[in-house]
Amino acid sequence: MSNANQAMAARYKNNFLKEIEEQAEMGEWVKMCMQCGVCSGSCPTHFHPGWEHPPQEIFMMIRAGKREEVLTSPSMWMCTSCYNCYVRCPRKLPITHIMHGIAEYAYRLGLAPKMQPTLHLSQTFWRNCTKTGRVNEVRLTQSLYFKDGFMAGIKKGLEMKDVALGLIKAKRLNILEALGFGHKCKDQQGIQKMLAKARELEAKRKNRQVTA
Amino acid sequence: MARNENEVSAEAHVSEANGQRSGRRQYAFYPGCSSQKGASASNYLTSVESMCKVLDIKITEIPDWNCCGASISYAEAGELPRHVMNARNFALAEQHLPGQDIVATCAACWLGARETKERLEHSSVLLADTQEALKEAGLQIRAIPEIRHMVEVLIEDLGYEELKKPVKKPLQGMKFAGYVGCQTNRPFGIHGESFENPVYLDKLIETVGGEAVPYDQKVTCCGGALAFSEPDKAQAQIKDIIESAYDNGAEMLVTPCPLCQANTEIYQSQINKKYGTKFNMPVLYYSQLMVLAYGGTAKEAGLDGNVIRARKLEEFASK
Repeated sequence: MSNANQAMAARYKNNFLKEIEEQAEMGEWVKMCMQCGVCSGSCPTHFHPGWEHPPQEIFMMIRAGKREEVLTSPSMWMCTSCYNCYVRCPRKLPITHIMHGIAEYAYRLGLAPKMQPTLHLSQTFWRNCTKTGRVNEVRLTQSLYFKDGFMAGIKKGLEMKDVALGLIKAKRLNILEALGFGHKCKDQQGIQKMLAKARELEAKRKNRQVTA
Repeated sequence: MARNENEVSAEAHVSEANGQRSGRRQYAFYPGCSSQKGASASNYLTSVESMCKVLDIKITEIPDWNCCGASISYAEAGELPRHVMNARNFALAEQHLPGQDIVATCAACWLGARETKERLEHSSVLLADTQEALKEAGLQIRAIPEIRHMVEVLIEDLGYEELKKPVKKPLQGMKFAGYVGCQTNRPFGIHGESFENPVYLDKLIETVGGEAVPYDQKVTCCGGALAFSEPDKAQAQIKDIIESAYDNGAEMLVTPCPLCQANTEIYQSQINKKYGTKFNMPVLYYSQLMVLAYGGTAKEAGLDGNVIRARKLEEFASK
């Protein structure tokens, strides 16, 4: 158990619902779920493997105090942010955000599944776009392909060769971005300071350790 | 960067009044990362600029705007850092382009910014924290501008009738599947449209003389960012969309979103390998169709930016 996880488990004892309400974004909505299942039927990734627990099941598991099962589940990471569940929910739960919130909290506690590809994408994307203030698409793609090591990256690159060549031909992929060229914000220093302060304030508000 | 508050509101007032008097519409433009030169939706920007010229819409880029963080950054970013990124753009827009609505062309930029606006307006705690973080970059929020998608500007501020007036070459006899997708449709959507069957894109297609075919995957998710992290799952969804468009007689797909465009276009060759299909369907932006109908060239419409070339439209443009 990570330190952060131990500390939170101790703080909330057996009240996992309260923990989610206070720690996960939009978690205070969980108790409003009436278990109708419209969210599950509306999810585009529902029929794919990896979808262990649909949202309404996750909500009931939270209320039943199944802390470990919920926080280690791969389910929340299946969200494509399509907002279908969100607009269809008869009780207006912002389900997309709750799923994101639970996933984020699980990640902060070190409980998210290891090598979860969408978690890796989230990390990579945010670090990429906040580095200079704007996304460097080439470096983003490189980090994604090479996440499982050098050889796997080369193999993935070759698989995707035609897609990349098509984009280069259409002038929609600037290979020079690999060398750090491309689009950037001018006030990068201001952005870094602003984000450091935001992380500090968020940790304070949620009574958590600051994570870089 | 400290400024006199009275001065700002006075400026805002004047600029609004000017906008109304001259009849010319002015907006603080938020192009977003994918629209930049050499990036994955650069041809979207090309066509939007040509379109705005014809329609006399003035878009001024928000100086030093930054990435919205997109939906996918939720896990690493957390809550406040994500909102602070969007708030920085609000502060810059309000400072440099007072009184102007922010207009985004990207669905994710629009959604991310609107979400932040909504949260900040509903939570004084979040707003106070945001102001404190912004101070580190020498900025502050006084008023949050309205956040609009370019499609809203077209249909709400101009209206279909006005969009029809400059049509010189209607796209007669061409069949398009209007692919609305997710993020211009949910959770906010375009005012007055239904989540299950929005019709604004079909109406835009018809406004420029094309035929909008009915099909059942209009608002199906393309997989979004999961096209990177879970390609098999995303490609299964993309396959359903393209297949349905073909089955209902469409020759091309039309979309208002850069990620929908890229996902439904660039993976068709991989889907063909995986499923034995023979997809080769061009995927256009609404703005490309409008530029062509307004008599623009293939280059002005950014047709050279399509990976699956829209040969029929290229011929149409050269005539």
